Amino acid sequence: MSALHSVTAPHPALPPLREGLERGDLDLARIRADFPILRQRVHGKPLVYLDNAASVQKPQAVIDAISDCYSDYYANIHRGVHLLSERSTVAYEGAREKVRAFLNAAHVQEIIFTRNTTESINLVASSFGGSTVKAGDEILITAMEHHSNIVPWQMLCERTGALLKVAPFTDAGELILEEYERLLDSGRVRLVAFVHLSNALGTLNPAKTLIDLAHARGIPVLVDGAQSVPHLAVDVQALDCDFYAFSSHKIYGPSGVGVLYGKKALLEAMPPYQGGGDMIRLVTFEKTEYADLPNKFEAGTPNIAGVIGLGAALDWLNTIGLDAVAAHEHALLEYATAQLSGIPGLNIMGTARDKAALVAFTLRGIHPHDIGTILDREGVAIRAGHHCAQPVMQRYGVPATARASFAVYNTRDEVDALIKALCKVKELFA
Amino acid sequence: MSDLRDLYQEVILDHNKRPRNFRIIDQATHHADGVNPLCGDRVSVFLDVQDGVIKDIAFQGAGCAISSASASLMTEALKGKSVVEVEHLFEAFHNVVTGECDCPKGLGKLGVLAGVRDYPSRVKCATLAWHAVRAALQEHQQPVATE
Ligand SMILES: Cc1ncc(COP(=O)(O)O)c(C=O)c1O
Repeated sequence: MSALHSVTAPHPALPPLREGLERGDLDLARIRADFPILRQRVHGKPLVYLDNAASVQKPQAVIDAISDCYSDYYANIHRGVHLLSERSTVAYEGAREKVRAFLNAAHVQEIIFTRNTTESINLVASSFGGSTVKAGDEILITAMEHHSNIVPWQMLCERTGALLKVAPFTDAGELILEEYERLLDSGRVRLVAFVHLSNALGTLNPAKTLIDLAHARGIPVLVDGAQSVPHLAVDVQALDCDFYAFSSHKIYGPSGVGVLYGKKALLEAMPPYQGGGDMIRLVTFEKTEYADLPNKFEAGTPNIAGVIGLGAALDWLNTIGLDAVAAHEHALLEYATAQLSGIPGLNIMGTARDKAALVAFTLRGIHPHDIGTILDREGVAIRAGHHCAQPVMQRYGVPATARASFAVYNTRDEVDALIKALCKVKELFA
Repeated sequence: MSDLRDLYQEVILDHNKRPRNFRIIDQATHHADGVNPLCGDRVSVFLDVQDGVIKDIAFQGAGCAISSASASLMTEALKGKSVVEVEHLFEAFHNVVTGECDCPKGLGKLGVLAGVRDYPSRVKCATLAWHAVRAALQEHQQPVATE
C-alpha cells in the first residue's frame, strides 16, 4: 500500500527503470508459469492479456483446488452427517476464515458469501437500505461509480422516495472533497457508497478520509472494493468501513463468488436478504426464526467449490504478498503511462495523483472499438467500451475509452507489445 | 496486418473519415435512433419517404469506423430505393456480414463490409444503422438496440 500512497509526482516525471529490471523484484517467470492460459497464442501472436480489470486469469493452484473439491470430497455443506459433507463444510468455512484474515475483519461471521460484488451491494441496498431508508433521506455516491454501485441505490430510492446524491470529481479524476463534505452536511444522508479504486479512471480514492468524514456525521459507509482488493492490502478495521464488497473473479478466484464484509452489529440488526434453506434456525408455518450470522445471509446452496477456489486464490496471492504485487503493478503503470504519453494524439483519461493498476485512454480520430479489434489481432487483449461507467464517459464527453489493466503476471515487454500494437492502429488509420 | 486490411478497407476508412449524408433532415418523414449497448454507440437516421420511395436519407452520431462507414455507405445505397427494396438489401447485407452467405453479389459498394464476417463481435457495429432505418420505417418510437 505504501508504494501506492507515496506517489505525488505526475507519472511521466518519474525516473525510468533500468533496462530489464522489474521493480518489486518478483520472480515473474515463476508467477507466469502458474497460469496455464498465458502460454497460448492468439491470432498467431503470444497472448498479452491486459483486460485484468474485467476479469483476471486463474493460477493452477485455484484450478486444482476446484478440481480437487469435485474429485475428492464434494458434497453439500452444513447438512450432512457423512464424511464428505463434513470435509466440504470444513473447506468452505476454511475459505471464510481466509477471507476474514485477508481483510483483517474482527469476526469470521462478518464475511458473507454472495455471487459477486453486484449482489453484495444489492444485499446492502435491499436489506440495510430497505429497513432504514425513508422518503426524503439521501444516499450519497460519487460520479465515478460502476453501474453496480449506482443502480441498486436508484432502485432503493424509487422504492422508498429517497434521493440519490452524487459527489463530483475533477478533470484529473479526483474526488472533490469540499463537495463531498458539503453533500454530507445536508443532515439527510443515511448511507455513503463509493468505489475504492475506479475501474474507469484508475483513481484510488482516499478511502480512510472519506469514511472518517462520513462517520464524523454518524453516516455508515459501503466501499466497492471490486477493483482494489487484487492490487492493494485492505484492512477493514483500519479503514473502519461498515461494508466492503468484492468479487472473487477479479482476485484470481473463480467467477460466481462474491464477498460482503459487514460490521457484526449492523449485519445482526439487518433483516435477511433472501429466504430459503440454510438461513433459518426453525421453520413452522406460523413463524420462522432466522439463523445467526453469516448463514442468515446465505440462503440456499452456495457455490461451494467456487468459495473454496477463492480461498486457494487468496493463499496463492499471499505467497507473493500484496505489497510486492502493488510495487510491481505500480512500476508497470508508471512505465505504461510514460510510454503511452509519447504517442501523438493519445489522451489518458484519469490522471489522479493516486492511481493503480489501469490506464484508460482515447486516440484522436480513432474509436476505441477499432483500437480493440486491431490490438486483438496483435495478440493484445484490452477492454474497449464504457466500462459499465456511462456517467464517467458522459463527464468527459466520450462514448467509450480503451483500457489496459494490469495483473501481477504482466511484464514490461507486454507494455511494449501494447505500444507497438497501438502504433499499428495509427498506421492503419493514418 | 494483411487480414486487418480485409476489414479496414480503404473505402471504409474513407467513409469513416468523411461520412456521406452526415446531417439532419429537418423535414424527415421517418426518424429513429439506434444504440449499441455494448459500446454505447448511438446513431440517428432520418428519411424523407415519398410514395414509398426514399427521396433523401441521412444520419448523425458517433461510432467506430465500422458503424460510421456502414451508416454512410447505407445512406448512399438506399437513396432512391423503394421501402420494399430496403428489406431485401438488408437481408442480403446481413447474410454477408454474418458469413451466412459469402456472395456480396448485388450489394454493390456495401460488399466492402464483407470482411466483418471474420470479426463476430463487430457484426453489431455494421448493422446498427440498418436496424435504425428498419425501425424508422416501422415507426418505432423507442431507440432500437442491436440485441
Ligand atoms: C468498480 C467495480 N465495481 C463493481 C463491479 C461489478 O463486479 P461484478 O460484475 O463482479 O459484480 C466491477 C466490475 O467490473 C467494478 O469494476
